[in-house]
Amino acid sequence: MPKRQKVLVLYLKFPSLEAEVISWATFDGTGQKLHMTGDSDEPPYPTGLDALLDGWRLFQSSQAIPEHPGEEFRTSYLKHEFFFEKIEEGDF
Amino acid sequence: MVKLLSTEQMAEFANSGCLFFDGLIDNETNKEFLKDIGHTDIENVDNMQKYFQNIKASSSIPRIPAGTPLKNAYPHKSPLEKIFQNEVVAGAINSLVGSEAVVDHQFLHLTFPTKYFKKTNQRQMSQVNHQDSTIDPRITFDIQLFYFPTDVTKEMGGTRYHPGTHLRIVNEMGIAKYQNIKGQKNIVCKSGTIGIFHNGLWHGAGVNFSDEIRYMFKVRLQPTEKQELLWDPEKKYKPLPNKALYWTDENQEKTVNDILMKSYPWQEADTNRLDKINTIKFWRMLTGHKNLDIDYWLTRIENELY
Repeated sequence: MPKRQKVLVLYLKFPSLEAEVISWATFDGTGQKLHMTGDSDEPPYPTGLDALLDGWRLFQSSQAIPEHPGEEFRTSYLKHEFFFEKIEEGDF
Repeated sequence: MVKLLSTEQMAEFANSGCLFFDGLIDNETNKEFLKDIGHTDIENVDNMQKYFQNIKASSSIPRIPAGTPLKNAYPHKSPLEKIFQNEVVAGAINSLVGSEAVVDHQFLHLTFPTKYFKKTNQRQMSQVNHQDSTIDPRITFDIQLFYFPTDVTKEMGGTRYHPGTHLRIVNEMGIAKYQNIKGQKNIVCKSGTIGIFHNGLWHGAGVNFSDEIRYMFKVRLQPTEKQELLWDPEKKYKPLPNKALYWTDENQEKTVNDILMKSYPWQEADTNRLDKINTIKFWRMLTGHKNLDIDYWLTRIENELY
């Protein structure tokens, strides 16, 4: 059976999987659902840990990078990024 | 006479990066604007580019270069001139970017409904989150004025925006990977609504699931003078003293500082504190009080003895 990847990206309130989800994105390689920007106001899981409990496998997380000297108070992109995947088999 | 913003409205803008004036422009002007651009039912539109070209060819939206002074930008008695001469619109512009602001950019955004995408066999997608223009680390800021000539219902996918993101320095579509952000808002409004965004506010257009074309006319305005106490020419604003530690007064009315220190559900636990620090720095710039502080955030880290 062919396999396809589903990717879930969660941005958390602090850099630990127990933290609350503050932003999220889903990309469905099975083609069953087309996700797009602004398509849901409620996160798919309350925390990163809840995603693990539902079978998502963590494959990447953001590193802790010290702020550049002189730029310690500059704010930019969301910091605490976690990439998860599920591999699904089916007749795609 | 123009109606300048209040200190509370300025604090709201400094904290959230946006202000709204619901149904401000009268129906007659809204209808005049729609007639001027040649608004029609979607059944009559076969080609998006051709529709744009007709608007450009026949509407009173002027052919002006970037840098044109706002006061000379729009034709006499045109709907756009009426909108910019509205006492509330003019007052908000004067308060934020001054009376000598110039036009940086203008565009009539059209969001076509599902029917059009079905008819033309195209995929209907929302616009990704972005910050306009390019990476912009200035202290000076521009504003973007949004005018909605028709009602915008929830299903019309009005502009999505993220309050409190305006002071984060990012590079345009570098934020496109955030499909959804906690606390995101979509503009749902009456015809004639005016929204004003700080140029840094994260936003994007939603999908229009209605049967009507959605319009939004956007003008970016750039100041030519320092943006200090423009809303308070008599310089009446005085910073509030530090609050008592430990003690709280639950009956106390909401102060300007409370408006400035409001948090948002998308902010990280650590970076939220930096967002507050940057809002205080922004408020220092707007008020000209170079040493003011709120909740000791800046005094603490400025107490450098070595």
